[in-house]
Amino acid sequence: MANRIPRVAVREQDPKVRATNFEEVCYGYNREEAMLEASRCLHCKNPRCVGACPVNIQIPEFIAKLNEGDVEGAAAVIAADSSLPAVCGRVCPQETQCEGSCVLGVKGEPVAIGKLERFVADETLGKASAAVAPANGVKVAVVGSGPAGLACASDLAKWGYDVTIFEALHKAGGVLEYGIPEFRLPKDKVLKHEIEEVKRLGVKIETDVIIGKTVTIDTLMDQEGFKAVFIGSGAGLPKFMNIPGENLCGVFSANEFLTRNNLMKAWREDYMTPIHAGKKVCVVGGGNVAMDAARTALRLGAEVHIIYRRTEAELPARKEEVHHAIEEGIIFDMLTNPVEVLGDEKGWVRALKCIRMELGEPDESGRRSPVPVEGSEFEIETEVVIMALGTSPNPMISKATAGLETNRRGCLVADEKGATTRPGVFAGGDAVTGAATVILAMGAGRTAAKAIDEYLRQ
Amino acid sequence: MLTPIICRMKVSAPRIAAAAQPGQFLIVRADEKGERIPLTISDFDRKEGTVTIVTQKIGASTADIIAYEAGESFADVVGPLGVASEFVEMAPEKLAQQRYVLIAGGLGTAPVYPQAKWLKEHGVPVDVIIGAKTKDLLIYVDEMREVCDNLFICTDDGSFGFKGMGTNMLEHVVSEGHRYTQAVIIGPMIMMKFTTLTCKKLGIPAIVSLNTLMVDGTGMCGACRVSVGGKTRFACVEGPEFDGYEVDFDEAMRRQGQYKAEEAATNEHHVCKIGRGK
Repeated sequence: MANRIPRVAVREQDPKVRATNFEEVCYGYNREEAMLEASRCLHCKNPRCVGACPVNIQIPEFIAKLNEGDVEGAAAVIAADSSLPAVCGRVCPQETQCEGSCVLGVKGEPVAIGKLERFVADETLGKASAAVAPANGVKVAVVGSGPAGLACASDLAKWGYDVTIFEALHKAGGVLEYGIPEFRLPKDKVLKHEIEEVKRLGVKIETDVIIGKTVTIDTLMDQEGFKAVFIGSGAGLPKFMNIPGENLCGVFSANEFLTRNNLMKAWREDYMTPIHAGKKVCVVGGGNVAMDAARTALRLGAEVHIIYRRTEAELPARKEEVHHAIEEGIIFDMLTNPVEVLGDEKGWVRALKCIRMELGEPDESGRRSPVPVEGSEFEIETEVVIMALGTSPNPMISKATAGLETNRRGCLVADEKGATTRPGVFAGGDAVTGAATVILAMGAGRTAAKAIDEYLRQ
Repeated sequence: MLTPIICRMKVSAPRIAAAAQPGQFLIVRADEKGERIPLTISDFDRKEGTVTIVTQKIGASTADIIAYEAGESFADVVGPLGVASEFVEMAPEKLAQQRYVLIAGGLGTAPVYPQAKWLKEHGVPVDVIIGAKTKDLLIYVDEMREVCDNLFICTDDGSFGFKGMGTNMLEHVVSEGHRYTQAVIIGPMIMMKFTTLTCKKLGIPAIVSLNTLMVDGTGMCGACRVSVGGKTRFACVEGPEFDGYEVDFDEAMRRQGQYKAEEAATNEHHVCKIGRGK
């Protein structure tokens, strides 16, 4: 019976309207919609969704509570495994994780687990639900206040540890604060409350401290009494293409563009941060960050093109984000690769010189690799070029810490539990894997928290 | 206040003071809505736990900082950022062979001070040239005299010391028989460009300290990228000091002015809400 009900559609802001503002795109479910959607869950005996969730939220259990109308109970089930449900309900790629493995998805539409998580989290935002063990007085330092660090710190605090997070920027949240735009993840309305909840568990957050510069891991461990350290410093270094003209004025990394707009709130009149979107912007890349940069530039008033060397089918961004971008009027120039940025006499971007691509043989990732079509170069006139080609870990910590090994890609070397090559120092998230998702980083943070607990009990 | 538009302040920041080295900088934010402004460290006192910074009023954000009274505090101070000056890590036997000339232009005098101080303390011969537009804009004259072997001062209008620019002063000093193995040039981009050219002519290796645009200061944004020897480098984490011979100054100057139009608009519309005037 239950699976005869179609998946409940979620209400969204009209594309034409939202293209001109920074308010959230998706409104989420109301109570009625959430209850109806919750009734679709089959409560499988061996729920595949739980195994597909990187932090193993007991999904059927929280949906059961919701079915009973017990929203607080549902929140408590989620809180046992996730410290950032309002964030994850919004930015997780559910289609490849929990929802991707939902039995209902085999013949029809999977349960909208993400939207239900978001409903539960939003309804209970700011109302504490996780239990905290008595303090054990053991100090643990966490480097970085992004998803990995917050998840690790939350678990350790719940077990009674005295946790301090050190954040390099002036605001906590890491990529949730500087990277993901307001229209996907509202900062004051949502993120702030989830970070407050982490603090309520007893976690201290010191902003403006750059580990490796302001203070080293050695000092933290030898002089400040920290018994273990978790590094969740993310992947903050932007990649560029190394093509001619990349240092012209008007070429920005997606990191710079998004940081100015998100962390530094350039979109708001009352902040002093300058940002330059111009009339026309080309965003190079096809991931979630490219979509975020493109949709931000659009909202700042520019005509925006996404330049991607493969086809729409290979876009690494979430389908939902691509769909939203298309609805809003972003123009996708597929099978196109930049070869040079052309400047005017004042040293500003005038055009992006590109070459047409075609798909050749599949590479080791299984994706057909793009090959340039000889002689097909052409120019796209543009004022701004934003490079969204991915990021790599910041070497600042590894350079300043003896005994901490990195691999060829600059990622910290850590075992499956998060232990690095230096005793007492653990790591997880993008700093270890290179750029990935919020939820994978949270999963790694939790795994490392367990390992830190075991290490400190020895 | 060192001059009507240049202000020196001591900031209590024990962790930064403990870690700071000559050549490094920090980032301050005046208030919640202000920009992150990179400023060079012009002195630090590890015992007292303070760092000294010098700011010149340029835009709305720096004007807010200048207006601070003693006892007020920044919303944020973060650092020390960037790599320490080359000599800090230099092998003692190599350091013993050096004769430094530090050439400061305007506000660049402030970050030159801790370098001279460090060299003097380590017994390395060091001369300093301070150049400014006019007498009223000279800073750190007395302090500098204490930490160098010879102090040469020049003003563009001749209102104090030698009449001419830093480049002329350097040529004059060298013509009088002073010899140097290394120059360090800190000042406005244009001044560093031309002083580097003079050093090249005189055969003196030149290090420059680049004050590029920055947001985070930790390598995240790439706003600070400069071409050095044909390669893109990030001034915030790989600098701010680079081999002046290799720096593409013209590109660096263009990049520095990237947000001029937006900033001009902000300044025009900026109405001070907390009574600090414009």
